[in-house]
Amino acid sequence: MKILVPVKRVVDFNVKVRVKSDGSGVDITNVKMSMNPFDEIAVEEAVRLKEKGAAAEIIAVSCGVAACQETLRTAMAIGADRAILVETNDEPQPLAVAKLLQALVAKEQPQLVILGKQAIDDDNNQTGQMLAALLDWGQATFASRIEAQADAVTVTREVDSGLETVKLPLPAVITADLRLNEPRYVTLPNIMKAKKKPLLVTNPADLGVDVKTRLKTVKVSDPPARSAGVKVPDVATLVAKLKNEAKVI
Amino acid sequence: MSVLVIAEHDHALLKGATLNTVTAATRCSSDVHVLIAGYNAADAARQAAGIRGVTKVLHADAPQLEEQLAENIAAQVLAIASNYTHVLFPATAHGKNVAPRVAAKLDVAQISDIIKVVTHDTFERPIYAGNAIATVQSSDPIKIITVRTTAFDPAGHGSAAAIESLPPVADSGKSVFVGREVIKSDRPELTAATIIVSGGRGLGSAEKFTEVLTPIADKLGAALGASRAAVDAGYAPNDWQVGQTGKIVAPNLYVAIGISGAIQHLAGMKDSKVIVAINKDPEAPIFSVANYGLVADLFTAVPELVQAL
Repeated sequence: MKILVPVKRVVDFNVKVRVKSDGSGVDITNVKMSMNPFDEIAVEEAVRLKEKGAAAEIIAVSCGVAACQETLRTAMAIGADRAILVETNDEPQPLAVAKLLQALVAKEQPQLVILGKQAIDDDNNQTGQMLAALLDWGQATFASRIEAQADAVTVTREVDSGLETVKLPLPAVITADLRLNEPRYVTLPNIMKAKKKPLLVTNPADLGVDVKTRLKTVKVSDPPARSAGVKVPDVATLVAKLKNEAKVI
Repeated sequence: MSVLVIAEHDHALLKGATLNTVTAATRCSSDVHVLIAGYNAADAARQAAGIRGVTKVLHADAPQLEEQLAENIAAQVLAIASNYTHVLFPATAHGKNVAPRVAAKLDVAQISDIIKVVTHDTFERPIYAGNAIATVQSSDPIKIITVRTTAFDPAGHGSAAAIESLPPVADSGKSVFVGREVIKSDRPELTAATIIVSGGRGLGSAEKFTEVLTPIADKLGAALGASRAAVDAGYAPNDWQVGQTGKIVAPNLYVAIGISGAIQHLAGMKDSKVIVAINKDPEAPIFSVANYGLVADLFTAVPELVQAL
């Protein structure tokens, strides 16, 4: 089985972004960039499936600027076999990314696509489901457990009320939730090895996909600030404040 | 110009998230229809018909809609989507699962997690874990939207709207429901609770998490929540997770115990009306959003609090 794992380069999760003063977006100059954490979990899961003998080849894909090559090298250091960058300076939105991935699926014929459930920059939570729809494949979102069989996958999903298990005939799309696994640390020898793995660069035009923005960002602003309240000296004061001032208990 | 709300329900009962989504829908149009796709879901349909602002309920009933599989529900929505200018889902696990499938099939962008309807085509939504608010405008003929339920008040009761039955779509065969593990609890549901007691890594172990937090939650009649760090460490189940990638909550009172306040956690709870933080680290970021902060060892302060309540 061949697995395709799309990865996104995002602002590192430890960085608190600042809104630009002209309201045109957030300032990401000189900010640390990393692989979207959920995508890292997706790569790790694909590698584990390969280590278990359930997968033969793992292809990492990223859609974005040239610097996404670093993200793809990281994916290959975790264990992806090769990588494809769909290079574009237009920040492709989820529908465009889903279409680019659809075109790559047609070329590469993977039986499984594993993605992160959402990217931590735009917080959209759309691409996996959109890709499944475009391909007309089954989907299992928010996966916390994946069991691969010869012609199907059984996936446990994190839902609001607990867990749900579905079985999908292959090919299928899965999106990874937090508890699916804990990604391994990337070791230096694996980073060196990843540098030698093949990385193909293509672009949206070659794939015949229009990545034009469908949703226009009118402005980006700071969220309403919540001012810090008071520190209370002891439990008795806290209870008094909650009863008499806030009147919530 | 009609808009469609995709109801969340368990066939017998309409889920609260539907009511907030209807409120968001009424900001887009005065003609709001609700789709109930389910099995033996006449009760849920009746409840939907009684929501103020709803003008019609469409009810599709079939065994293949029982487990709410994304492939089948999306197909049911697509069967009628072209009659509408907006299709709104609650931004719950279910809504997030289905909505993008509908959007992609219609070849339109999706607007996720809206917190405000500015005009019929312009919406506000949080990005970067709520550290920025984007105002986005859609030029697509049909707007597929998920609604952050905490940002809209629940719609009240109104006079009963008509219920029309819809032919159900066939089973897609692309996924098969195997089973469900629902955690039974006497506590209020996290996203619907008026008081939430939430614990973080400061609790130190799963045993302490339960031992310290259960009495105070019982006393307050509160739901229990957890930070991602606590879930990661195995102190609490994932469906208790509050934060950017967990549940978004906005109760009247949120009591954060042993939670440092990482931005990912604040993203999920900072719209709570009153926030109390108990943490021994006076520099913990949680204090920057708390109305009342108590710098103390939680293992002595919380039992004391239980006594004092």
